[in-house]
Amino acid sequence: MIVNFLLIVPLITILVLMLINQPYIKPVALLGAVAQLIIIIAVLIEYVSIVSPHHELMQLQTNIEWFSPLHIHYHVGIDGISIVMLFLTALIVIAAILISWKETTLQKEFFVLLTLLAFGAYGFFISLDLFLMFFFLEVAVVPKFLLILIWGSGKKAYSATKLVLMLIGSSALLFMGIAGLYYNEPAEWHSFNILQIAQMQLPFSVQIFLFPFFFIGFGVFTALFPFHTWVPDGHSAAPTAGSMFLAGISMKLGGYGLLRLVMLLMPEAAKVYAPYIILLATIGIVYGAFATMAQKDLKYMNAYSSISHCGFVLLGIGMLTPVALTGAVLQMVSHGLMTALFFAAIGMIYSRTHTRIIQEMGGLLAYMPFIGSLFILAGLASLGLPGLSGFTAEITILVGSWQQPITAYKIATIFAAASIVITAVYILRAIGTVLMGKYKTYQPNTLTDASWYEQWAGIILLIGILIVGILPFLLMKLLSPAILTIQSVILK
Amino acid sequence: MMHNYLYFIWPFKQEILLLLAIFILLLVQIFVDKPNKEWTMQWVNLFLLITVFTGFWQVGYTSDVSVMFQLSPLIAFEKSVLAFATYLISLQGYQWLKHQTYFIEFYVLLLSSLLGMFCMISATHFLFFYVGLELSTIPLAILANFHLQKKQSSEAAFKFIVSASFASAIFLLGISFLYGSIGTLSFNAIATQLNVNPLSILAFVLLFTGLLFKISVVPFHLWTADVYQGSPVIVTAFLSVVSKASILFVLLNLLLNVFYSLEQIWHLMLLILLLLTIFVGNLFALRQQNFKRFMAFSSITQVGFILVAFMGQHVLASAAVIYFVVVYLFSNLCVFGVISLVSTTTGKENIADFKGFYQSNPFLAWVLLLGLFSLAGIPPTAGFFGKFFLLLSGIQHVQYFSWITIAALNLIITLYYYLRVVVVIFQRDAAAEIPKLYISYPIKVSFFICIVGVLLVGVASWIYQYIFTLDFAAF
Repeated sequence: MIVNFLLIVPLITILVLMLINQPYIKPVALLGAVAQLIIIIAVLIEYVSIVSPHHELMQLQTNIEWFSPLHIHYHVGIDGISIVMLFLTALIVIAAILISWKETTLQKEFFVLLTLLAFGAYGFFISLDLFLMFFFLEVAVVPKFLLILIWGSGKKAYSATKLVLMLIGSSALLFMGIAGLYYNEPAEWHSFNILQIAQMQLPFSVQIFLFPFFFIGFGVFTALFPFHTWVPDGHSAAPTAGSMFLAGISMKLGGYGLLRLVMLLMPEAAKVYAPYIILLATIGIVYGAFATMAQKDLKYMNAYSSISHCGFVLLGIGMLTPVALTGAVLQMVSHGLMTALFFAAIGMIYSRTHTRIIQEMGGLLAYMPFIGSLFILAGLASLGLPGLSGFTAEITILVGSWQQPITAYKIATIFAAASIVITAVYILRAIGTVLMGKYKTYQPNTLTDASWYEQWAGIILLIGILIVGILPFLLMKLLSPAILTIQSVILK
Repeated sequence: MMHNYLYFIWPFKQEILLLLAIFILLLVQIFVDKPNKEWTMQWVNLFLLITVFTGFWQVGYTSDVSVMFQLSPLIAFEKSVLAFATYLISLQGYQWLKHQTYFIEFYVLLLSSLLGMFCMISATHFLFFYVGLELSTIPLAILANFHLQKKQSSEAAFKFIVSASFASAIFLLGISFLYGSIGTLSFNAIATQLNVNPLSILAFVLLFTGLLFKISVVPFHLWTADVYQGSPVIVTAFLSVVSKASILFVLLNLLLNVFYSLEQIWHLMLLILLLLTIFVGNLFALRQQNFKRFMAFSSITQVGFILVAFMGQHVLASAAVIYFVVVYLFSNLCVFGVISLVSTTTGKENIADFKGFYQSNPFLAWVLLLGLFSLAGIPPTAGFFGKFFLLLSGIQHVQYFSWITIAALNLIITLYYYLRVVVVIFQRDAAAEIPKLYISYPIKVSFFICIVGVLLVGVASWIYQYIFTLDFAAF
C-alpha cells in the first residue's frame, strides 16, 4: 500500500501547485519533494523488515485492473534496485528544486513540470506492468521539451526538439517490442505483467527478434553510442535543474529498463547479443572520453563525459556477471549524483560569471570557495578518486568484467579502464583552468559564494556521493537479492 | 394502439429529435421577424444535448422495425458521439455565429448533415445508405461557402462539391456492380452471399474508393487542404471531426461485417493506403504556414493511424477505432476551438501569428497545447491511450509487424510538426502578435469540456471498457 504514495504525493503536489500563487510555490514544491523522500525511507524500512534472501523478487505489490479487456493492470512493487533508484531520484529532485530557488520566469509552470518529470520517473521505477512502465517513461519525456524550450539557453528550440524526437523515436521501438511480447505469449492470455512473462520463458526465436527493439529503445535513453547525439545538445541547452534531471535521472531510465526488462524477460537473447552491447559500450566509453577532451564549454564537457560514464553502465550490463551487474547499478547511482552535482556547480558558476567557456574563466576558487570545492569534489568523483562514488562503481564493473574469461571482453575491459586516464586529464585540466590561476575577463566583485539554497543543494548530493563511496556495502546488500535473481535467470 | 406507434417510432428517436429541431428552425425563419440569436442557439444546443442523452436511454436491438434500418446500443452510442461533437462545435462557433445574418440556415444545414450521418450509420441497405451519404454531404458544401464575402470560401465549396459528387458517382457505380454480382443490396445478404470473384472485387474497390474520398485517404486527399483552408473554422472542425468520424463508423461496419469475406483483399489494400496516408500527411504537414491547412494534413495522418486498427480482429479493432474517435474529437476540438476564436476576433490564421501566444493568452495556449499533445499521442493525455490501442490492434496479425513498425516510427515526424507549433507558442523574443482575447461563456464551457475529455478519457478506463462491452455485444 505504501508504495502507492510514491505516486500520490507528486500528484497532490502538482495539483496544489496549480492552485496556489506566488510566494508559496517554491516551499510547496520543496515540501512535496521532501515528503517523497520521507516516504521512500518508510518504504525502505518496510522492505528491509520483510525481505529475506530467498524471498519472492518483488515486494509490497499492488495490483489493480485498469483496462480489463486488454489485461492492462495498475501493478506496482519494489525490489532493491528500484529502492536505490528511488533514492537517487528523490535526492536529485530536492537538489534541483533548491538550485532553482531564484527562478523568476513562469515559476508555477517550472515547478509543475519538474514535479511531473519526477512523477514519471518514480512511476517508471516501481511499475511491474509493461503498459504502465511505458506510460511513465513517456510522461518523463515531454516535460523536458518544455523545460528546455522555455527556460533553456543557447539553441534551445533545436536542442529540445532533437532530444524529444530521439527519445520518442526510441519509445516507438519500445512500443513495438512491448506489443510483440504481448502477442507472442500463449494465445489463451495476453498480458503485460512483467513477472508473469518472466516465468513463461519466451521461445528463443521471439527473444532474438524482439531484443533489438528493447535494447535500442532503452539504449537511446542511456546514450548508447550511435544514438547519443541528443545528450550534448539537450544537456547544454537545458536550465540547470533540467540538466541535473536529464543526466541524473533520465539517462538512468534506460539502464533500469535494460536490467529489469531485457535481462529478466529475454536472458537467452541477452547472451547472444552481449558482444554487440559490449562493443558499443566500449566505443561509447572511449569516444565519449576523447570527445570530452575537445570541449570548450563546461556543460558540453560534462555532457560528453556522461556518455562515457553511461557506457560503463552498458558495459556492466553486457558482461552479465553478478559483480558487473551490481557495478552497473552502482554506476547509475554514482553517475546520477555526481553529474547532478557537477551541473549544479556549473550552473552556480554560470549564474555569476555569465560564461561557460573554460578558457574565459580562471582563479574562481579564491572568490567562491564553496562552489569551487563542490566543483572539485564532483570532478574527483567523476575521475574515480577512492572514497567517492565513482571509484566504487567503476572498480566493481571492471572487476566484474574481468571475471569473463573471453579474451575480447578482457580487451574491452582494458580499453574501458584506460579511459579513466583520459577522464583524469580533462577533469584536472578543467579544474586547473577554471578554479586556479588568475581571474580573467570579468569583475571579481560580482563573484559571491553560494547562498544557502545552493549550499544545501550541493550538500545533499555530496552526502549521497559519500555514502556510495564509503559505505557501498549498504547498497550492495540491498541490491544482491535482485541481482541474484537476474543472475539465476541468465544462468538457467 | 398508442403503444404500437411508440414501438415503431422509438428506435428513430434520435433522428426524430433532429428532424424536429430542423422543422422548428424553419418555422422560426418563416414566422419570426427578427429571431433572438442567442436564445435560438442555446435552444439548438439543448436539442443536441438531448439527442446525445437519448442515445444512452432504453436502446434495444431492432432488426424487425425496418429492413433498411438497424439500431443497437453501439450504433446509438456512435450517434451520440457525433451529436456531442456537433454540440461542442456549435458552442465554439458562438462568437462567429453571432455576426452571421443567415445563422438559422447555418443550423438547418448543420443538423441536416448530422441527420444524414445518422441515417448512414443505421443503414442496413445500400439504397438507404446512399440517401444518408448524400444528405450528409450536400449541406456540407453549402456550409463550406458560408464566408459569403470570401472568394476562397466559394472556391472551397466548389472543390468540395465537385470531388464529393465524383466520389458519390464512383460509389454508385460500385453499388450497381455489387447488385450485378449478387442481386441484392441488403447488408445481411451481402455478408452471407458474397464470394471472391472479379466482379465483386471490382464492386468493392469502387465502393471503398468512394468512401475513402470522404475521409481523405491518400491518394484521394487532394481536395482536403483547400477546402479546410477556405471554409469557416467551425465548418472545418465539423468536416475534420464529425464527417470523418461518421465515415469511420460506417467503414467499421462495412469492412468488419459486410465485406469480411474479402478480408484477404482489403487487408493488403488498406495496409498500402494507410502507410501512404501517414507518410504523405506527415510530409505535407511539415511545412504548412496556415494553421487550418496544417490541421488538414494532420487530420490526414490521424486517419492513417486510425486505419491501422482495422488490421486487427473485430472487437479489438472496432473498440480501438471508436475509442480513438472519442479521443480525437476532444483533442481536435481543443485545437480548432482556439483557432476559431483567434480567427474570428483577429482574422489571423497563420502559425507564425501565434508567436508568443503564451504570454498574452496563457489559458488558450494551454488548451492548444493539450490538444496538440493529445494528437501527438503523449501521456497523460488521452491521445496516448488512443494511439496505443490503435497500434496494438493493428499488430495482432504478426505478418504485418514490420509494416506497422514503419507506421509507429512515423510518430516521430508527427510529433515534430506538432512541436513546431509549440515552439512558436512559447517564443519569447518578440512581443505577442495576438492581444489578450475575450472568451465568451459558451466557448469557455466547450474548452472546459474538451480539457476534461483530453485528460480523463484516457486515464478513466471505464470509457474504453464501456465501448468494448458495447462492441462485444454487437459483434
